[in-house]
Amino acid sequence: MSRIGTIAAAAPDVSLVACAHCVAPLAPGQDRFCCAGCEGAHDLVAGLGLDLYYRRREGAAGALRPVDPPALSLAARCEQPRAGEQRIDLILGGLSCGACVWLVEQALGAESDVIAARVSLTARRLTLRWRGAAERADDFARLLARLGFRVAPWSPACLRVAEDAEGRRLLIALGIATFGSMNVMLVSVAVWFGTDMGEATRSLMHWLAMLIALPVVAVAGMPFYRPAFAALRHGRMTMDLAVSLGVLAATAMSVSEVLRNGPFTWFDGATALLALLLGGRVLNHAGRRRAMQAGAELLAWQQGSVSRITPDGAVETIPLEAAQIGDRVLVASGERLGLDTVLESGTALLDTSAVTGESLPRNFLAGEAIPAGALNMGAPFVAKVSACLADGSLAQMTRLLEQAEHAKSRITGLADRAARVYVPVAHGLALATFLGWWIWGGEGWQPALVYAVAVLIITCPCGLAIAVPAVQVVAAGALFRRGVLLGRPDALERLAGVDHVVLDKTGTLTEGQARLLPGAWSEAALRQAAGIAAASRHPLARALHRARPDAPLASGVREVPGEGLACGDMRLGRASFAGVAAPDAGMALWLSTPGAAPVEFRFADGLREDAAAALDGLRKLRLGTEILSGDAEPAVSTAARTLGIAQWRAAADPVAKADHVRALQNAGRRVLMIGDGANDALALATAHASACPAGGTHLARSTADLVLRAEGLAPVVQAIAIARRAQRIARQNVGASLAYNAIAVPMAMAGAVTPLVAAAVMASSSLIVILNALRAGRASWTP
Amino acid sequence: MDALIVLIPLALALGLLGLAGFIWTMRHRQYDDLEGAAARILFDDPPDRKGP
Repeated sequence: MSRIGTIAAAAPDVSLVACAHCVAPLAPGQDRFCCAGCEGAHDLVAGLGLDLYYRRREGAAGALRPVDPPALSLAARCEQPRAGEQRIDLILGGLSCGACVWLVEQALGAESDVIAARVSLTARRLTLRWRGAAERADDFARLLARLGFRVAPWSPACLRVAEDAEGRRLLIALGIATFGSMNVMLVSVAVWFGTDMGEATRSLMHWLAMLIALPVVAVAGMPFYRPAFAALRHGRMTMDLAVSLGVLAATAMSVSEVLRNGPFTWFDGATALLALLLGGRVLNHAGRRRAMQAGAELLAWQQGSVSRITPDGAVETIPLEAAQIGDRVLVASGERLGLDTVLESGTALLDTSAVTGESLPRNFLAGEAIPAGALNMGAPFVAKVSACLADGSLAQMTRLLEQAEHAKSRITGLADRAARVYVPVAHGLALATFLGWWIWGGEGWQPALVYAVAVLIITCPCGLAIAVPAVQVVAAGALFRRGVLLGRPDALERLAGVDHVVLDKTGTLTEGQARLLPGAWSEAALRQAAGIAAASRHPLARALHRARPDAPLASGVREVPGEGLACGDMRLGRASFAGVAAPDAGMALWLSTPGAAPVEFRFADGLREDAAAALDGLRKLRLGTEILSGDAEPAVSTAARTLGIAQWRAAADPVAKADHVRALQNAGRRVLMIGDGANDALALATAHASACPAGGTHLARSTADLVLRAEGLAPVVQAIAIARRAQRIARQNVGASLAYNAIAVPMAMAGAVTPLVAAAVMASSSLIVILNALRAGRASWTP
Repeated sequence: MDALIVLIPLALALGLLGLAGFIWTMRHRQYDDLEGAAARILFDDPPDRKGP
């Protein structure tokens, strides 16, 4: 018992009425834990001697409530690295801080057959090795589920993304190039400034530089040579080709200068160029990889299972993709359907808000089609599968999404557009220099080649290659600190270009959950109703319970799906169920108690607190706004009126939403779509840029360019402000590096550039570009 | 100038040592989980697995 005291003392912000395991608020009558699961988890943690964890963790309240273990066996996902040993890679949900890493590793390490348990906090990945049978994997998953961590296997495709062999190769190349350029510079500086240096010493220095530079150029340049060669075979001129040609030509020319005992070599330029360009490449790759990993993680969570009823009446759990048309499946209370089905008999209460945007669950009748993605709010029911996974509505949606995204990938970024013009011009100038000096200048071919190579080095797109990625990395970091994740590497540029914002209503402008409105009810009636409502998952019942979470729980509550709750003689539910002769008017519950007049509770899906401020911010950024919702008209028009939005459209299905966005874009607008539901996904993919607020569905989150982690819409406004600023700075950077070239290239063509001048130009232009990029992190808009 | 015969190889050797160290850390994936590594230094030694 003394343990509670220590916890409360160590964490003063956690009040004593919080669950000792998951920190969720407690109802009266509950002593230490909010549910039996948390009590079990706490005993488990304490039994392992790991209760230090409670003093260290920093997760959100309720995040650690025990979850259901995965329905499918993980045994098939294990590999045997050697005989008698098993290994599995799992993705962990609920991992929020270092203390969670510690808890998971210690709890698994306490199992006697575990060899190693290693958690990566960045990748949220658990690598587990143990001796014995593969079936033990399910025991470990159950243990983690009891502690409140969800697990799912990584698919091979996700693992490939997480492996990131390319990133490691790039970093090693960067290390080698940096080492090489620094050491060559050591020698070169001596040559530049050692004007009294004897011929023999200078020759020694040049040989030394060559000794260092040749292997460096050969190894560290590979990330450029390979794609350049591949592109050349397809007849395309890329930035890689410009880099490869510049570096190789400079090296070859320097080697010949060393052999001829000439005054200058360009090894320093070649290696420094590689180091700077690789720096840009590493930055670029880091941004791209973070986005890809977020995508892979979302995919891992989408693998689901379904309970099939076999002809002899038994229930078996099978993966979604194994379900066939005509299979009978059992849908448990609270289960989200992964397949299109037809209800077999009776009625079912389903929440389809993620599919259609309707804010209230409704009753489905026997024979009615149930869309994939619907959530069962009522009693378990049996349904017949009407389409297997590959042909179902989710798969169709995925195909449409892919098409829309393919169309969007043709939008080229600033860096690509610059490269397309830049590369042929640079090579043309170098060729002109060579021919000019050789034919008209009266020089031999060798000095003419030296001038041409100087032009190639000066024009090498150093500033250009760093200019844009550096700005993107700084801006992405600034967004991350404000709770905005970039899901696509090129999202920033597209976000900067938007001029019109289309918002979904349910879950985007509103909180997506009902809130009790003030009314004619008494406090005693509300407490009574809240106590009954605690037994149900229905959104309105949950809203009642949230209004008075400390109301004493009623016992013996019976739920009539789609109607209401009965507790003894008291009834809470729709008007007809409570015995009131009033029309059913949207979001309302009636409480009838014997001997008292029935009480009505009205609800509304409340607007987010910062919705008005965020819309003001959008207008200040001179963006047009409109609402596009799948919900019914009254709710949409009320929201639009409250927020002062003139344009709105209600009852739009997913395809209508996407069509509307496309029509706007065909009319010349560049649209930012903000939405959270699966019904918004197609519109999100179609729009020029897209964002998904916190708490959005998997589909919307994996489709959107920006995913918000923090509550509220204000981060979107900040993100647009940051993106615009970043784009402005990226343009300045490209402009600055072009301006450098405008001065340095004529000098190089005139033959006035020595390696010292080239190094100064290269270093100063890169430095200016990087310093300028650092400004991209500051935001200019505050709510 | 004679000092160069010692100093230049010495500088190069030290640089190569650093480079080798860097490649070694890359090969051993020490940069894969920077956030986790930052949290890990605060962990205590593991409790006795056999228990008291």
